[in-house]
Amino acid sequence: MNQDELFYKSTMEEERVDGIEKITGRAKYSAEHSLPNMAYGVFVESRIAKGTIKSMDITKALASDGVIDVIYYENCPAIPGYSTDATNRPKNVSEWRGHKVLHDNVVRFFGQPIALIVADTLENANAAIRLVKAEYDTVIPEIDFDKLRLDESKLKGTNNYKRGEEKKYKQAAVFIEAEYNIPIEVHNPMELHATIAVWEGDDKLTVYDKNQGPRNTQVTLARTFGLPEKNVRVITENVGGAFGSGLRTWANTPAACIAAKKIQRPVKIVLTRPQMFTMIGYRPHSWQKVGIGADNSGILQGISHEGISNTSKYEDFREGLVNVSRYLYACANVDTKYSMLPLDLSTPIWMRGPGEASGCFALESALDELSYKLKIDPVELRIKNFSDINPESKLPFSANNLKDCYAYGKEKIGWSKRSKTPGLLKENGWQIGYGMAVGVFGAGKGVASVRAILNNNGTLVLETAISDMGPGTTTSMTRIAAEKMQIPLEKVKFKLGDSSLPPGPSQGGSGTTSTVGSAVLLACETVQNKLKELAIKFAPEFANKTVTDLLVENSLVQLVNNDQVKISITELLKIAEKSNIDITVTSTGKTAQELKFATNSFSVHFVRLAVNPKNGAIKIQQVVATADAGKIINYKTARSQMIGGVVGGVGMAMSEEAKFDTVTGQIINASLHGYHVPLHSEIPPTDVWFVNKPDNNMGELGAKGVGEISLIGVAAAITNALYNATGKRVRSLPITPQKLGFKA
Amino acid sequence: MKRCAISDTRRGFIIKSASIAALYLTPSILVKAYATESVIPLPIPKEKLQLTINGKLFNLEVDARTSLLNLLREEIGYTGTKKGCEMGQCGACIVHVNGKRTNSCLSLAVTNEKLSVTTIEGLANGEALHPMQEAFLKNDSFQCGYCTPGQIMSAVTCVREGKAKTKASIKNYMDSNICRCGAYQNIVDAIYEVAQSGKKI
Ligand code: FES
Ligand code: FES
Repeated sequence: MNQDELFYKSTMEEERVDGIEKITGRAKYSAEHSLPNMAYGVFVESRIAKGTIKSMDITKALASDGVIDVIYYENCPAIPGYSTDATNRPKNVSEWRGHKVLHDNVVRFFGQPIALIVADTLENANAAIRLVKAEYDTVIPEIDFDKLRLDESKLKGTNNYKRGEEKKYKQAAVFIEAEYNIPIEVHNPMELHATIAVWEGDDKLTVYDKNQGPRNTQVTLARTFGLPEKNVRVITENVGGAFGSGLRTWANTPAACIAAKKIQRPVKIVLTRPQMFTMIGYRPHSWQKVGIGADNSGILQGISHEGISNTSKYEDFREGLVNVSRYLYACANVDTKYSMLPLDLSTPIWMRGPGEASGCFALESALDELSYKLKIDPVELRIKNFSDINPESKLPFSANNLKDCYAYGKEKIGWSKRSKTPGLLKENGWQIGYGMAVGVFGAGKGVASVRAILNNNGTLVLETAISDMGPGTTTSMTRIAAEKMQIPLEKVKFKLGDSSLPPGPSQGGSGTTSTVGSAVLLACETVQNKLKELAIKFAPEFANKTVTDLLVENSLVQLVNNDQVKISITELLKIAEKSNIDITVTSTGKTAQELKFATNSFSVHFVRLAVNPKNGAIKIQQVVATADAGKIINYKTARSQMIGGVVGGVGMAMSEEAKFDTVTGQIINASLHGYHVPLHSEIPPTDVWFVNKPDNNMGELGAKGVGEISLIGVAAAITNALYNATGKRVRSLPITPQKLGFKA
Repeated sequence: MKRCAISDTRRGFIIKSASIAALYLTPSILVKAYATESVIPLPIPKEKLQLTINGKLFNLEVDARTSLLNLLREEIGYTGTKKGCEMGQCGACIVHVNGKRTNSCLSLAVTNEKLSVTTIEGLANGEALHPMQEAFLKNDSFQCGYCTPGQIMSAVTCVREGKAKTKASIKNYMDSNICRCGAYQNIVDAIYEVAQSGKKI
């Protein structure tokens, strides 16, 4: 059955509404705005990981051609939000979370921005970097995760969960215990993080900034600089990928604001690629241990899942590392334990699939391992332990169509050809293996406001302050509105990327489609009701009718049971003497308890790969990516997102690792040459399949996100296939020939 | 692993050629100014530069240190060409110089005297899209769109140079261009489609 044809023909032929802008180079990203008299800021970075700056000599840099200012802790203007004294802080100010850039002489991580050079041109600014001389008092940093995590006294924020009996798996007929290690991975979106700040008067600030939530950045800046929110405008028209790195406001944003104010000129800061490794977060290093046991028939008896992930010394960052084990499978006895390990590094941030991606790598690897010990097919084992209800919250899943994903994936990848015993299947001298793994992520719906303006020519303008980092939110929202209003896509214009629009959520946690989509539906419904009311009031043919007798379709208001009685929107607005209908609505989400459902998106990835037994080279031959994410709004963009998640997962499994010199704390591969992300020739052909059943227990829209589940599970599916091919189990990512027993 | 070998050579080569080019082409005044760390660099006099960009003749005075990429983005305002690394490692900045694909971040602007540069803005014929742009649109060969101009410029020379006969050869040629959103599969589909169409591009 070809799903493309059956369900999605229409959207496969639709192009992204912002497509032409992007392929012609007209789309403007944050660094691409040019303001009169704009100056360029570049950071000077610390050359130690921990200690204090004894002195900094900026005189030579200041004398260098074109340099306007060198801002550092000695001359940085006072920032209200930098004050630690809560009693003296004005009400509209909150303390800046994390590293207060340019504020003090404390060094917390290698590559920390310690000064900002501002010059008339980028070349002049760059030339002055070497001229700043810092003297340090150095303290030996704590960097080595693998070593330090063994010292219990270093751990913090431990969180325990238990249902049933602890460590019950050890009493099961069959059980396994294993440890998993995932190094620091870096988002590395192609667009460099950037900010242009300009003050229009003393208390009015405009910034062009790369982030995943203009509204979030606006509030952060307003509260840091003590400004009324309405005086801060954040513009984020296009985002060149972020994958989580834009979920908070990093040093470049306040630094540009500070500099622009100090020199009374617009200032642009664009991070360099190496700075993208240290200044905008990363997926933390994690260690996990899973114990899992089943009776001889494969029914799970106990799961114990322990995890540690690193944070910085100056801030806590927690992830849902072990949470998936609590609810993905039916199991009466589950215990989890999670702690943070503070290191002398910058603070991590969620990276696509966040903790669940790391957690699923461990759980789904462990289940695979257990399946071989049980001599039960890994898919069968999962079906045996399938749960209709979320075993943690005890609420039924609003939808859980994992079984459909299993069935489709097995068929498509050719699962029947898989050898039950590892290492037996060969093709042209290469070992062939099949593997699969499940991914799961929460599918929340939050609060969003949308303004809708219906013009008398029938065009509909929708506005909300979100940003679109690439999944195609603009396209999906346009489609939702067009479908609801029954008008052509061309008549809908969805505006985003500006904090002055009604507040919307940050784009993260796979929640945009359901959250903003629901607000768009509500806005359209509200417009339709207004039209009906106007029709009843002003159009004689509808007098004495009620709202339920009318419907709005294709720019017409008409009777439900007689489409001959109708009036065009243009005509209606004319007789009502209105040029448009202009409304703003806010849609709110419901908690799982209110909904009485646990809401999640699910994915199952199937992988076939080949391994060269002579040197350990791996060719991933095919991936089948299946997902249960409710109704798919736009098949074309959702499919692309699923494929992109697979590419991200291939990177996680095969190559991505930030490497540290544990003595100095410096990342030694902070470039796209040293840190290898997948390239064209390294990614497998990927088939995408969606269950595509609206999840109406979530609400009218019935759609859930795919951003995270597209990546979650991919790494385990690959290592599971690798085991099937070779009998070698890799539990420490990324896979290298050495880990398979080959020389480098 | 072969996988690493390919990219290492590729990137290694680009880096090597870049530093060699920089050595030969950097004006002597710069070399002097940068010779010792503690010396404050002398003001850099502007150099005259004449070049054609997207068919338009420019007579410019540029900072000798400016890369072609920064000239396009910061001076002239052709921001369609993207900056992803400034180290020749990502391909976001690829333009055509006299028809050859070039990492503009590795090319000093002044070395393009009398040369003809085509950027993504110059690819379409007015409002009529270039066939490669059409194919990218149709195949959804991008998500965030940031790597896209570089991918398209590379894709065009891939077909022109006859490297688009098979999907495997397309992938090899296109390893110069990273897409972190992972649109690779759709990019290759687009290039293959254009190559197969036999359209003159
Ligand atoms: S910016 Fe030139 S290759 Fe990355
Ligand atoms: S489309 Fe986002 S990096 Fe390629």
